[in-house]
Amino acid sequence: MKQKSPALSRVFNGLVFLFLYLPIVVLIIFSFNDSKSRTVWSGFSFHWYTELFHDDEILSAFSTTLTVSVLASVIATILGTAAAIGFFSMKRRPRHLLMTINNIPMTNADIITGVSLMLLFVFTGNLLGFSLGFGTLLVAHITFNIPYVILAVMPKLRQLDPNLGEAALDLGATPWQAFWKVLMPELRPGIFNGLLIAFTLSIDDFVISYFTAGSEVSTLAMQIYAMTRKRISPEVNALSTILFLTVLILLIIVNLREVRQQQAKDRQLRALHKDAAK
Amino acid sequence: MKTKTPAIPYVVWMAIFVVIPLFLIVVYAFTNFDGHFTLENFSNIDVFLQVFGNSLWLAFIATVICLLIAYPFAYLLAQEGPIFRKVAMLFIMLPMWMNFLLRTYAWMSILENNGFLNQFLGLFGIAPLHLINTDGAVVLGMVYNFLPFMILPIFSVIEKLDNRYIEAAQDLGANRRDTFRRVIFPLSLPGVLSGVMMVFIPSISTFAISKLLGGGLSFLLGDLIEMQFLGSAYNPHLGSAISLMMLALVVIAMLIMNRFGDGEEGAVIM
Amino acid sequence: MKKITAICLALLMLLPLFACGQKEENVVNVYNWGEYIDESIFDDFEAQTGIRVNYNTFASNEMLYSTLKSGGSSYDVVIPSDYMIARMIDENMLLPLDFSQIPNMANMDAQYLHLEYDPQQLYTVPYMWGVTGIIYNTTMVDQPITSWMDLFNTDLTGQVLMFDNPRDAIGIALKALGYSFNTTNQEEISQAADLLIQQKEKGQVQAYVMDQIFDKMINNEAAIGTYYAGDYLTMSEENPDLAFCIPSEGANLFVDAMCVPTCCENYDNAMAFINFMCQNDIVLRNCDEIGYSTPSATALEEMDPEMAENPVAYPPADVLDTCEVYGGLPSSTLSFYDHEWIRICLAKVKVH
Repeated sequence: MKQKSPALSRVFNGLVFLFLYLPIVVLIIFSFNDSKSRTVWSGFSFHWYTELFHDDEILSAFSTTLTVSVLASVIATILGTAAAIGFFSMKRRPRHLLMTINNIPMTNADIITGVSLMLLFVFTGNLLGFSLGFGTLLVAHITFNIPYVILAVMPKLRQLDPNLGEAALDLGATPWQAFWKVLMPELRPGIFNGLLIAFTLSIDDFVISYFTAGSEVSTLAMQIYAMTRKRISPEVNALSTILFLTVLILLIIVNLREVRQQQAKDRQLRALHKDAAK
Repeated sequence: MKTKTPAIPYVVWMAIFVVIPLFLIVVYAFTNFDGHFTLENFSNIDVFLQVFGNSLWLAFIATVICLLIAYPFAYLLAQEGPIFRKVAMLFIMLPMWMNFLLRTYAWMSILENNGFLNQFLGLFGIAPLHLINTDGAVVLGMVYNFLPFMILPIFSVIEKLDNRYIEAAQDLGANRRDTFRRVIFPLSLPGVLSGVMMVFIPSISTFAISKLLGGGLSFLLGDLIEMQFLGSAYNPHLGSAISLMMLALVVIAMLIMNRFGDGEEGAVIM
Repeated sequence: MKKITAICLALLMLLPLFACGQKEENVVNVYNWGEYIDESIFDDFEAQTGIRVNYNTFASNEMLYSTLKSGGSSYDVVIPSDYMIARMIDENMLLPLDFSQIPNMANMDAQYLHLEYDPQQLYTVPYMWGVTGIIYNTTMVDQPITSWMDLFNTDLTGQVLMFDNPRDAIGIALKALGYSFNTTNQEEISQAADLLIQQKEKGQVQAYVMDQIFDKMINNEAAIGTYYAGDYLTMSEENPDLAFCIPSEGANLFVDAMCVPTCCENYDNAMAFINFMCQNDIVLRNCDEIGYSTPSATALEEMDPEMAENPVAYPPADVLDTCEVYGGLPSSTLSFYDHEWIRICLAKVKVH
């Protein structure tokens, strides 16, 4: 596709990036502010970072968020992949019905998912004697994660060569071996995608956690929301900066690895071509 | 390998955690505090029509703005080289990894009367603009938070567009504008629809954005529902009734959009 | 093989339920107003008793009520205001206290006991009391402030902060119109709601806030607002331009008290915490931090005279006489309040 006007398009895209990152930059700058103000600069200081590390509530909320996100995304990936495989083997009608129900948490507004789950947990909690807590939070996160995993794995299932599995079985593999050694490698990109999306959604979630976490546990988003209802301390800015830098560094590392892997592959290819040319 | 059993645990899970909760909402919507069947929760519709209208309007504006920004952005980006595209996509997604509330909170510091923006304008002698606690601030918050969700699907589709379609159109004599209008745009519709859904639905149901940037002056559907469950006017029956109405709205919106799409929109974001 | 897989998956699904069962050893779950305690006392409490404090905050009595009523939460100690306590006792949401575990109750001034909300003093131990009033920035407000009506008659646009809860907001409008805080007359309540709606439509209101008012008043974001006397003292420490006024029609005199909801799971820890909060040194630290007034007679004796004689924190008797306490309201009035509150929330600025 030909490029229209590179300068104009670059300017436009640049402005969009500016829009996306301006608030984050402001957040980061004021995390180093000497005074409590989030808007008036009065000098450089690491004060808020030390405050942050002494704030037990935020630190425990952060650890809860990480724990729930990791657990929920892993469990969701396992259950979701299994479900996708099962759905794929069904006839059109039942699969269509199940996929429609599966789409409900995805297309539903967060608040309805959160509120409906809260009603369920309170109802059964009164019967069985448990209250909202880490368990209900985890279940809620798994529930809204699984549809995305299924959505990520299904296309890969469709792209599968249907004969691969049969071929493996014919060659003497047990069904488990056929699955693990033949199908899984094909599905792996989709599974990994699903895992990543589930994890992102769990970390980002606020509304569903708000209704299902109860009084004993709190996620980072809930803590921040509670803080914005009171006097806001620039600790939140310090937290944002740390989160941002962490994610940035992770992304850079992951992509450097990919680039290096790609370069290694290219080198291999070139070596092969050289051999072939000889 | 055809086997249905791996799906059984999830089917059970869905029954318990997706179907039954929705059933509970229906039950709550049609009962009152005494447990009797009643339609009274639906009787104050006129009051809620106002909230519905307001939320619909703001969500609509936010979605349109997102579309107007995201489509050109995705289209222009798709024409860049592969490494640039990949890096750009990562930087679009990066804010999504910081929490949604942090992103909204960031705008508070900018939009306040003595906030960053007004201080900046003050340097040029412009009087402070009253920006925060307005509908505009809420729409801005929606656009900011959900723009990546509009960019990703559109970009994903345009990037994967088969170049041969475009070449064929050009071979058949179409100029650049016609090529866009009659080949590229229609083919990109699944991405557009996916993006629209992923912006419209969260926008219509948010309450955190309206609480942080609206200051109680921008009262949306999400605020109304939250108020009935954990907020200042406890009535889960009324809240369930309103949730049910919002659910109906979402279903109608989806049905309308499904007429234009082919049902595979969700897969577009992968 | 398939069966084993299915069983494994089923067990995996049950994993979260095990997490449900895990309870923290020796903790007390406290639910209090925001900015209403000196949080450093939690370490002292843990050192003294070995009990960890899990502390959460709410923004208004109504929010506390919703959280407790919707179930699923398990707070051990909550600190609502008088009228909400009356409502909760009425609806059997509180457990009676075991005063044998709260010897420090003896420190309390008798005039704060056996009040209308808990006449037999079975369910509560008073925590703090205070009055509401108008807080304004003297550099941004020209007119003299003496009446609740000044919030509604002001020329300022986008500068007024109002209470973000139905009882306080409608109450102020009722007082401005000359009615009682506790009226059950729906006509009067409607008029009050209309006044608030007009205030919004004229563009006078900047926001409906609770604790967000701190940042706004301190940073000169808003010119005038209404909140609690103790918070004014905290704010004026950081922004000396602020002034406080108890309006002529009379403000709200409130008592916040510690009580134990029925969902409590650590009753003895709750008793220990309540008793701890009544210790003189803890009372003084809390008062110092939040600026509110203590009902503890012994603590008042030990208090720094500058604080104990502060007319904002401890107004003279004639001023207190003009103030009215919120009483309980019948449930029909309460649902009418909810209905009017939604009407108020829906109001928007009318562009002319």
